[in-house]
Amino acid sequence: MSSNNDSNGSRRTFLKGTAALAAGLAIAPGVRLLGVAKAKPDNEAVTSIVRWGMLIDTTKCSECEVCVEACHAENGIKDQGDPATTPQWIRKLMARDSLTGHVVTLPMMCQHCENPPCADVCPTGASFRRADGIVLVDRHICIGCRYCMMACPYKARSFEHINVTDQAPHAPRGKGTVEACTMCVHRVDKDQQPACVDACNERGHGAMVFGDLKDPESEISQELVRYGGTQIRADLGLNTGIRYRGI
Amino acid sequence: MRSLFRLVIHAGLTVALGLPALATAEVPFPDIPRGKGDKCVAPTDVIRQTHMDLLLHKRDQTMHQGIRTKQYSLRECLNCHVQAKEDGSYPDIHSKEHFCNACHSYAAVTIDCFQCHVPRPDDAANK
Ligand code: SF4
Repeated sequence: MSSNNDSNGSRRTFLKGTAALAAGLAIAPGVRLLGVAKAKPDNEAVTSIVRWGMLIDTTKCSECEVCVEACHAENGIKDQGDPATTPQWIRKLMARDSLTGHVVTLPMMCQHCENPPCADVCPTGASFRRADGIVLVDRHICIGCRYCMMACPYKARSFEHINVTDQAPHAPRGKGTVEACTMCVHRVDKDQQPACVDACNERGHGAMVFGDLKDPESEISQELVRYGGTQIRADLGLNTGIRYRGI
Repeated sequence: MRSLFRLVIHAGLTVALGLPALATAEVPFPDIPRGKGDKCVAPTDVIRQTHMDLLLHKRDQTMHQGIRTKQYSLRECLNCHVQAKEDGSYPDIHSKEHFCNACHSYAAVTIDCFQCHVPRPDDAANK
């Protein structure tokens, strides 16, 4: 794990830019054109005015697995009896510093890169990044070649090996295609948070903050401005949407 | 020659699309389960001929642009057209009791929507 101050720095500069822009657009005290409400009418396409991201505070993350359980319940992922083939949209990692003995645990999933290597290598265009920064697999056109799984530095993707039935209605999944964290896109489009974030909050840990990285007023942006955040493998220059603290 | 060919195609299509009117004792016609709503999101003849295009277009909009309107959404087709049987269970997607399969098996069309999508209404997805 390493941090890249360059990419963090350029993002901060960018945030500062949008903050200035937002201030410039204030039309009356307390009234801003760039509001925090993200409610998008169902008939409008998502835009790059927002970029969804998450900030994960590893100092608040305990050794529980509620985020994993919540994700798999939400998206209808069931244990297939074989860990080698059971899909994994999110997993808990533990890292121990052999010198100090300090242990860090964190949830790892699709990092929703700005420059996703999965989309670069995908021969069909099935791997793509939505305008609002969410990286998805369009399984209608995925041919199951698994190039993307090999290209992903975070091992975030799974291949569906068996026939699936009883899927969640909002999360269609089937044999022969690749899948990964969708940042609960079906919930985000309804103005809700990803299931993992809600579960972590409900358990009282509050280790995950979800929000709009481009909105200088959002909680996630405020926290990032104040405390910073680290990208895992920032050296790759992917500008991930998931940032970590305490690693 | 070309116009004759067209004429033949035309006649063929008219016969094919006029099927319901021609349904008689000798011509088996699929027994299509009734939906729960009063009327469909578009006229029946439009839906009958173009539902695949409408669904495909909507699919790409939803997937890539996050447009989640209800008209032409596959989920909404299922919510309305797939109803519980008398014993409370839902028709299997491979049986002719399932709305989609009733026609597709009749027309010998294999669809793969339900390799990924659950073939029951939202509130019965796990039944
Ligand atoms: S497995 Fe699917 S999404 Fe991944 S690279 Fe191949 S076609 Fe693209």
